[in-house]
Amino acid sequence: MESNKNFVLGIYDDEDVLLKAVTKVRESGVKIHEVYSPFPVHGLDEVLGYKRTRLPIAAFLFGLLGTTLALTMQTWMLGFDWPMIIGGKNFASIPPFVPVTFELTVLLSALGMVGTFMIVSDLKPYKKPRLMDIRITDDKHVMAIDLAKNKLTVDQIKGIIGDSGATEVNDKKFED
Amino acid sequence: MTEERFSFTSGAKKTLMIIGIVGFVLLILGVIMNMNSGHGHGDGHGGEEHAALHQVADDLVASAESPQEGAGTHAAEEAHGEEGGHHGSAPWLKNVFTNLWVNNVYFTGLGIIGLFFVAIQYAAQAGWSAGMKRIPLAMAHWLPFAGILMFISWWIVKADVFHWTHSDLYHGDHADDILIGKSTLWFWPLAAGSSVPLFYLLRMVVFFVLWYMFFIWIKREMLAEDIDGDVKHWYKARKFSAIFLVIFAVSSSVSAWDWIMSVDPHWFSTMFGWYVFASWWVNGLAVITLIVVVLKQNGYLKVVNANHLHDIGKFIFGFSIFWTYIWFSQFLLIYYANIPEETIYFIERLDSSQYKWVFFLNLILNFLLPFLLLMTRDAKRHMSLLKLVCPIVIVGHWFDFYLMITPGVMQENGSFGFTEIGMLMIFGVAFLFVTLSNLAKAPLYAKNHPMLEESLHHHI
Repeated sequence: MESNKNFVLGIYDDEDVLLKAVTKVRESGVKIHEVYSPFPVHGLDEVLGYKRTRLPIAAFLFGLLGTTLALTMQTWMLGFDWPMIIGGKNFASIPPFVPVTFELTVLLSALGMVGTFMIVSDLKPYKKPRLMDIRITDDKHVMAIDLAKNKLTVDQIKGIIGDSGATEVNDKKFED
Repeated sequence: MTEERFSFTSGAKKTLMIIGIVGFVLLILGVIMNMNSGHGHGDGHGGEEHAALHQVADDLVASAESPQEGAGTHAAEEAHGEEGGHHGSAPWLKNVFTNLWVNNVYFTGLGIIGLFFVAIQYAAQAGWSAGMKRIPLAMAHWLPFAGILMFISWWIVKADVFHWTHSDLYHGDHADDILIGKSTLWFWPLAAGSSVPLFYLLRMVVFFVLWYMFFIWIKREMLAEDIDGDVKHWYKARKFSAIFLVIFAVSSSVSAWDWIMSVDPHWFSTMFGWYVFASWWVNGLAVITLIVVVLKQNGYLKVVNANHLHDIGKFIFGFSIFWTYIWFSQFLLIYYANIPEETIYFIERLDSSQYKWVFFLNLILNFLLPFLLLMTRDAKRHMSLLKLVCPIVIVGHWFDFYLMITPGVMQENGSFGFTEIGMLMIFGVAFLFVTLSNLAKAPLYAKNHPMLEESLHHHI
């Protein structure tokens, strides 16, 4: 079976039930593809066993890039390319460079972090969202199980989800 | 929730006593060393540097022959006035007085920040800090001691630390136009040069009285809540806190001008109030965190977990950067504008072998290290790293105050040695003694705090 096409969905209407269900389903050996919820559920990423994001590392590196770029740019511009005497200071002196360096560090760190986030989350302007169930934009939580990534049969998975407190258990098939 | 009490054991008291005695011995040792070496220092290379410094100042004045001729003449007058005028006490005694004043200001800051932290939590209706508010409250118990110490020691140190207190600067041969212009700030309603700077002392007394009154009112509500659990105490404490914050906004700034900036009476900086506040605040946060961490490692404060430490760690991280921002804003403007009577402040600190290392150490301890060490999430959540960073910040901001005050008083005779370490240890022990003994008098956290439950579930 091809991956990312055939899903079994468990629909939950309460986040406490959902949190317990996630633990239970994972303990039964079912791999959860993703859980969708209309609002942030505290502790959900922990019961799903997600690792913490490494985004801060990217932010730090982009920030470092901004610092280097800003200092190089200003030293080259004011020190070599077009030296100017401003207020009797040295051509390339650090203190006046600090505000620009600070701003570029923050800018590149922020933009780089957003860009990295969009790439790793596969978000792009023309991307068509794959909505598992329209009700996740309203009042329902959805647990999606990718059938291709599980060795259990469809019926076994549906049974496990049904026992975990889901109000509905549905199939979902994507054609693209 | 059950009640938890901190017991200030006799072992801890003994340790503090030993540190205090060691500090006292170091102070005496430092004084003796200074007495023996003081003259050589002043006449030797110190003298050359002194001359060089004034050469720099004179050059600057000459280069800035501005239309407002006044500025140049005043700065020159200052240089000459100080050479010819007041030498005051012997260098070793001056050094002791300077240290006394540095520590007065530094520890007053810790006390008032204790109250400020509590007030901000109430005014912002913050829930996360509900379990740890008793620690800053205990720190604020230092306020009455700080006030009395400061008021008494002001009379002892004034002639040496506060140049503007000399009455001959306001008339006659040594008349100083800049100081005459500023004299209202100090002497009103008495005549300039009076022996009692009434307005100045009035401000000192009024600030301490106001701070202490609000401390008593807020504390009363906090402790009354423990007994009857009525939520009206929380509302009352919030009201007092909001009023206190408005008063603190003005008084913290003015006290910075009065107690620190007037050490260099010819110089001024419009950033100074914020600068001192930033230094006090981040230092207070570091002390609160350190006490919380040490309490936790001794088995107290189960209500505080990694999430709360993360929050207060972010506070230290953020306000270390805030301090740097303020520090740099002050430096950059003075550096760029290049006006002699402003640059003298940084020339005194950067063009001198006594203070140059402190100047850069200040930036390393208060910006570079906290910035790099506290950047990651884990660093703010682990007690071992907080235990490393907090002392760095605490020592760093002591150096910050040292650098604000000492060069203005000691000039080229300033030093860092046993006197400084000893005095800091004595003050530190006294402060910790007051804080910890008052911490032991009340429960360690407010079991009836309306937001304690929220704080227990705090999760980030």
